[in-house]
Amino acid sequence: MRSVLERIGFSSLIGLIASASLLVAAPSCFAQGGEPQYFAIRSARVVPVSGPPMEDATIVVARGVIVAVAKDATIPADAWVIEGKGLTVYPGLLDALTDVGLPPPPPPPAAEGTPRRIGEAPRGPEDRPNSTPWRSSADELSLSDKRIETWRSAGFTTVVSAPKPGFFPGQATVLDLAGERPGDLVVKSPVAIPVSIRPISGFGSGFPDSLMGVLGYEHQVWLDTEWLTKAEAAYEKNPKGIARPRFDRTSAALADALEDHALVLLSGNTALDIRRALELTDHWKVNAAIYGGQAGYEVAPEIGAKKVAVLVDLKWPEKEKDSDPEDFGSLRTLRFRDRAPSTPAAFAKAGVKFAFYSGAITNPKDILKAVKKSIDAGLAPDAALRALTLSPAEIYGVSDRLGSIEKGKIANLVITDGDLFNEKTKMKYVFVDGRRFEIREIERPKDPPKGDITGKWRLSYTSPEGPEESTADLTMSSDGTITGTLTSKRGTATILSGYLSTDRFNFIINIPIGPSFADVTFNGTFDGTSLKGSISVQGFSIDFTGTKPTNSSSLGKLAGAYRGSYYEGDAR
Amino acid sequence: MSHGNRMCARFSLAFAALLFSSVFSIAAPREAGPVILIQNATILTVTHGTLEHGSILIKDGKIAEVGPAIKAPKDAKVIDAAGQFVMPGIIDCHSHIAVEGGINEGSISVSSIANIAEVLDSDDINIYRDLAGGVTTANILHGSANAIGGQTIVIKLRWGQPASKLPFEGALPGIKFALGENPKRSNFSLPGQPKRYPSTRMGVEETIRGAFTEGRDYKNSWDTYNKRVAAGEKNLIPPRRDLRLEPLVEVLEGKRYVHSHCYREDEILMLLRVAKEFGFKVRTFQHVLEGYKVADELAAAGVGASTFSDWWAYKVEAYEAIPYNAAVMTRRGVVVSINSDDAEEATHLNQEAAKTIKYGGLTHDEALKLVTLNAAIQLGIDKRVGSIDVGKDADLVIYNHDPLSAYAVAQKTIVDGRVLFDRDKDIAERAALEKEKKDLLEKQKKAAEKKPDEKKPDEKKPETKKPDDKPKPPSDAARRDGGEEMVDSLAGGAQ
Repeated sequence: MRSVLERIGFSSLIGLIASASLLVAAPSCFAQGGEPQYFAIRSARVVPVSGPPMEDATIVVARGVIVAVAKDATIPADAWVIEGKGLTVYPGLLDALTDVGLPPPPPPPAAEGTPRRIGEAPRGPEDRPNSTPWRSSADELSLSDKRIETWRSAGFTTVVSAPKPGFFPGQATVLDLAGERPGDLVVKSPVAIPVSIRPISGFGSGFPDSLMGVLGYEHQVWLDTEWLTKAEAAYEKNPKGIARPRFDRTSAALADALEDHALVLLSGNTALDIRRALELTDHWKVNAAIYGGQAGYEVAPEIGAKKVAVLVDLKWPEKEKDSDPEDFGSLRTLRFRDRAPSTPAAFAKAGVKFAFYSGAITNPKDILKAVKKSIDAGLAPDAALRALTLSPAEIYGVSDRLGSIEKGKIANLVITDGDLFNEKTKMKYVFVDGRRFEIREIERPKDPPKGDITGKWRLSYTSPEGPEESTADLTMSSDGTITGTLTSKRGTATILSGYLSTDRFNFIINIPIGPSFADVTFNGTFDGTSLKGSISVQGFSIDFTGTKPTNSSSLGKLAGAYRGSYYEGDAR
Repeated sequence: MSHGNRMCARFSLAFAALLFSSVFSIAAPREAGPVILIQNATILTVTHGTLEHGSILIKDGKIAEVGPAIKAPKDAKVIDAAGQFVMPGIIDCHSHIAVEGGINEGSISVSSIANIAEVLDSDDINIYRDLAGGVTTANILHGSANAIGGQTIVIKLRWGQPASKLPFEGALPGIKFALGENPKRSNFSLPGQPKRYPSTRMGVEETIRGAFTEGRDYKNSWDTYNKRVAAGEKNLIPPRRDLRLEPLVEVLEGKRYVHSHCYREDEILMLLRVAKEFGFKVRTFQHVLEGYKVADELAAAGVGASTFSDWWAYKVEAYEAIPYNAAVMTRRGVVVSINSDDAEEATHLNQEAAKTIKYGGLTHDEALKLVTLNAAIQLGIDKRVGSIDVGKDADLVIYNHDPLSAYAVAQKTIVDGRVLFDRDKDIAERAALEKEKKDLLEKQKKAAEKKPDEKKPDEKKPETKKPDDKPKPPSDAARRDGGEEMVDSLAGGAQ
């Protein structure tokens, strides 16, 4: 299928999309944006991470793979060429532990205040509380997770996503953040089994409700896993006269994951936690890494001596918002907040292999800012870059396919107009599996706005399929910048960029058209009560009107009047 | 499903020493401490009287010499304790300090799977505070929510060391039992939660008996398996290891001490009967406020009693307590200690011990023993600590007055020959710490304030600027009354 489409030029694809009708899903078999699968980035500064930076080099990408990285690489005739002068190419960034791509965990089964039935609360390790190690994030991916796009736009081509929550929540997967179907994202699964030691519910809520209870439980689970493996082997050999070992889904899943060389991820953020995690790796005799790691500045040499890798949480500790303004914490807490960003530098010095992960950071643009803090606290920038690329790839055993710019590796690239860690640097393109994504800046309004466009608007227009309505939920800030969402029968899209400048509005959403996403631009005039303008996508446009349904009687009438005029006047 | 031999190999060593390793093997040998000579002190040896104007020489963390006048060796740090009193470091036989993530696994009536040793919190400030109260060793117990509670451990208060260095090397681990109202949960119930079995004292007894019956069967299954393996049988499936029952087997084998929370005489006698039935020993009864009623039975059973000085009537089962409890039990031949059960109480255990001189007429040495040697005996560590004798660990407290006086304030506390609390040093350091805290606070406040400023233009959500809202000049009357909002909302309602 692909080979045929590769031969179709870009312009003919646009035609195809157009004829397949506006805003309607076309057969999903095209490459990203209707673009070819051959690219060349010419004369750019290339930072491969696996080797020294190269000036004025060319990278050739073919069908998702880097086929050449060299100063004088031959550019195939049919390749799209990006002029790289003034641009820097980095390997795609890797977020080493997140749940991007996974739907939010379901709410806890027992709502607050509802009495728990007897027998519902776990009464011991045999009830396997909060354990679902058979869950694989590869099975649960949701392409509707907006973070796939926002993370990608921040330069993250790859994430390691793990299910939540629980003591053994499930299996983590390496994902590339682009694809038409969930399966397209999966690079390797499973790569890790996260283990949490924090009690999930409080005293009296069922086993286990204390830290030591959780630890006892987890010891028992690993023992049972070992026992089941042995018992099943013995039973298989000669089942006669032996009581059949009882099947246990938890132990079976853990045994299978270890068989697949999955890394056991142990939580450890304070010095106390980290030391305990180091002891647990010995107790459990598993191939483990620690996640959290923020107090590593206290224990870096001990971790280095154990040769255990650490995933460093980039959500640096700070005073919680909305907490007691007078309570600034103990001296120990203050020291921790002050020194946590110096941990990566301490790790680098002690020879600890480490990688960064976004943790509780919700805006992916804050991830590199958090990395910058650790650079300011003494971490060498190239070490910081490595902790975002090759190091996590090595930790998870996928450095043979990604993590650096090398011939033969997956074409995951970030192209910027300067140094990655410079705040003024802009990302221009991101390549995921050889698919090109352009990164745009949000447009700023030129003049102050006239009126306030904030509110829920009903937009009416006629698509090639017939009359349609959608809802724009807009919020305007005082400078005229518009944010919000647009909801149609196809789903909800977030406004990427928008403004009201005098009475002219403009906002852009990006929606799936065919296999990829396309910009849809809404622009027109706002007269204080209604919107009038056009919707444009890939060179085509239609008119629309917008009214504001409201409880206020006068405005309601007005809206009704407009609606009436729409049906008469616009039914072409 | 067969996971091959690789899995087995990976696991084969994994759990061989899991249970014991956290208790025994993690205590690494410590480097030699400084040589210290304490001079001109009144030395309360506890075992052999009081030595006026005496000296104690400390080498390699041990008491090297005790005598009237010892010449200071070269390089020795000399502490002049003129007018001061030295006593053995206080041993708290019932403590819940230095534990992370809860002292109760309260979900189940037999929580022996939980182990305090795994959740020691070496950063707990109560370690330092208790040092400042002269405590050097503490028996860290699981809470009393369960008939059979979690595994327990004796620690030294080695402030500044990681958690793995806290356990008292060689001290037998324990397990917490609890009798009476706490395990039967008559004092509280959790909304929305089913009542947990048991809810009577009878049920507590049945729970313990049931658990030990299981433990005995578990031990038998392993004994049988090991015999069959020894006889050369092949392809046997070993019994499944059970971390809940293993500590009970250790109790049956005398490898783990039972420390049982209790109040009433009837429940005390009940546990003695159950222990006899299953062939294990209770090491200590904790609290044991009615111990004076059954002192002879306690003495005959060779069980230690660790009680409060004069704390009672905080619940029905504590009504029958008397402050003479410690003295009465001592006079009837029971090894008695006084414990804290509380981080604050632990900072003045010397004075708690002193109360037994008033209530019951114990001698000075007998009173001191309640918080030193007797506690050491109860925990099986009296060869190492509990008195000032040559060869014992240099765990000492220096007080400015007789420690049994209300004026006594600990000046220095020494653990393993290292001064871990020094009152003068503490006071001297306070200003610098205050300054550091203030500076960090300022720095972080500034950083926090900077952020919202940057975002301000975006964050001004025009909530009030709905299209139908016309800006209204607030009337003077409304302003005076502070009722601007109310005026607005009334106007809105009238529409």
